[in-house]
Amino acid sequence: MSSATLDRPQPQAAPDAAPPMVELRGVSRRFEKKLDFAGKLARRLGAPVREEVVHAVDGVDLAIRRGEVVGLVGESGCGKSTLGRMVAGILPPTAGTILRDGRDVATLPPAEAREIKLRTQMIFQDPYASLNPRMRVADIVGEAPLVHGIVARSEFDAYVDEQLRRAGLDPAFKRRYPHQFSGGQRQRIGIARALAVKPDFLVCDEAVAALDVSIQAQILNLFMALRRELDLTYLFISHDLGVVEHLSDRVVIMYLGRVLEEAPAEEVFRRPNHPYTQSLLASVPRIEARKRAFSVVQGEIPSPLNPPSGCHFHPRCPHAMERCKAERPRLREIAPGHRSACHLNDAAAGTA
Amino acid sequence: MNGTAPPTLEVRNLRTHFFTRAGVVKAVDDVSFSVPRGKVLGLVGESGSGKSVTGFSVMGLVDPPGRVVSGEILFQGRDLTKLSEEEMRDLRGNRIAMIFQDPMMTLNPVLRIDTQMIETVLAHARVSREEARQRARDALGMVGIPSPEERLQSYPHQFSGGMRQRVAIAIALLHRPELIIADEPTTALDVTIQGQILAEVQKLSATTGTALIWITHDLSVVAGLADEIAVMYAGRIVEHGTVAEVLDRPLHPYTVGLIGSVPSRNRRGEPLRQIPGMTPSLLNLPPGCPFRARCPRAAEDCREEPPMREVVPGRDVRCFRPHLEAAEEATA
Repeated sequence: MSSATLDRPQPQAAPDAAPPMVELRGVSRRFEKKLDFAGKLARRLGAPVREEVVHAVDGVDLAIRRGEVVGLVGESGCGKSTLGRMVAGILPPTAGTILRDGRDVATLPPAEAREIKLRTQMIFQDPYASLNPRMRVADIVGEAPLVHGIVARSEFDAYVDEQLRRAGLDPAFKRRYPHQFSGGQRQRIGIARALAVKPDFLVCDEAVAALDVSIQAQILNLFMALRRELDLTYLFISHDLGVVEHLSDRVVIMYLGRVLEEAPAEEVFRRPNHPYTQSLLASVPRIEARKRAFSVVQGEIPSPLNPPSGCHFHPRCPHAMERCKAERPRLREIAPGHRSACHLNDAAAGTA
Repeated sequence: MNGTAPPTLEVRNLRTHFFTRAGVVKAVDDVSFSVPRGKVLGLVGESGSGKSVTGFSVMGLVDPPGRVVSGEILFQGRDLTKLSEEEMRDLRGNRIAMIFQDPMMTLNPVLRIDTQMIETVLAHARVSREEARQRARDALGMVGIPSPEERLQSYPHQFSGGMRQRVAIAIALLHRPELIIADEPTTALDVTIQGQILAEVQKLSATTGTALIWITHDLSVVAGLADEIAVMYAGRIVEHGTVAEVLDRPLHPYTVGLIGSVPSRNRRGEPLRQIPGMTPSLLNLPPGCPFRARCPRAAEDCREEPPMREVVPGRDVRCFRPHLEAAEEATA
């Protein structure tokens, strides 16, 4: 469970003893729906009503090294966005610790905590919902650096122009409002805003999901160019396996709040270990396919309000055994850098 | 292609324009295609390409300020543009059905599923209530909904997104239509659920002989599902052919760019091949080829609108400079 098993040399980062840029240890997030007045009254009178609790994220360990792109994949309700928000510092975890450069972010002094938050920026799925419609682009991009003293008032214009140009926007349009831009351009505004405070870590939550294919390619290329140019680290959250495969160094698969598998990108796509990962990969429509029978995973994603016992995937798993219903499989290393949470690996190891 | 029976649907030179205060938006501009019985046509395009308006035009669901300006929509030889609203009502939901991206466009949130489905059956068939209910139950079973008898008594909000879309498909199937128009029905669903629905649809079109138009922005979805693909851009079909032809040997520069920008078609980690610029506004579109501003092959003569023409036997492309070298390489 420690990060030691993950510290393999990578092309981007020299192998060193430095702690990972971001590290999650046993991070959980619960959401509780409090009882309303009638509910409280009913409970007082002895009715078996309880607060509803959703374990959106349930005991996740994860390490992201400097310079790395980690793809976080999962279907709706798997907790990937909640995890992204906790990593970005927008949402506090209900349990576990988040370390930035080896230091617990919850116990940092306020000034340093603010600096850490600035260095972590988030890019959202819907650029229109995340841009203030009544602000001009120049102010959207320039407000935060001005407030935080990154840029002086006298250099404001030049600074904003530089940010816009870097995100592929013409600074001539900076007096315009968000509604005057297309979807792809709005996403560029969101990127320019995030980069304006000089972050070293970006959390992208479905950042290209709402865009057309040809525009999506432009934005993905921009992300990759910025990574080289500014030495950025990414947590790239997406349901689109094709996008994640293309962009990521390492891929993390989540299902109902838990990490089921984690490995270098090529390894996940070539040798998926967890039955869920395998069925997920088999369900993805491929442009190379011709009139084929679509492979089918049985059943639906269970409600996170009432997740199945043991391994969360067992009701849909073609290999489920008795043990899977009772015991939660541990995420453990099955090959160098490749971790998977499945009891089948124990069985295989036992017979081998 | 030239069998004796007419195709289920034949659209000829369809133009659907929207007359807005700012000007005329030519959402569909000279679109022609046909779908034979039991075949699946994938209508592919990015947002604003006119693919959905084409579907709405066939259904007779274009609302003012839009209207079908010219062209013919022949459903089993009968021109739908000439029918009265009453005659159209008789066909819609009965012999032509539509499935939307958002199943709540089809479902009424305050009525139970059985009420809605029985109503749909009785709208077009003279059967008893009990038989209508039986048909509803069978339709739910056909799209893979477990314990259909119980599910009939549920309300739409009690279903998950994938199940709701199955109900919407079941409603579309109630009268065993000859033609189904599906407008991005799996776009909002998770991949595993999308896979399940695609598998059901594939089975159904093979067994019932229903012609299907599958409207989508996702080339990968139609790659495995469709027989033919028509690629739309700025209100026009720019390329049309069988799935293998269009995806393996694309001829139009737009199709080439679109396929090239799919991540799985690129080397991992390398920049994706991208189409520069963005789709033009359809409002007051300048004459000539609408793709020329983004096209690497554009030349002086592209200021004229290229006609749809057969550049290789069986391959219709709307371009003066199609990628013929690629096609020749492949056949050589």
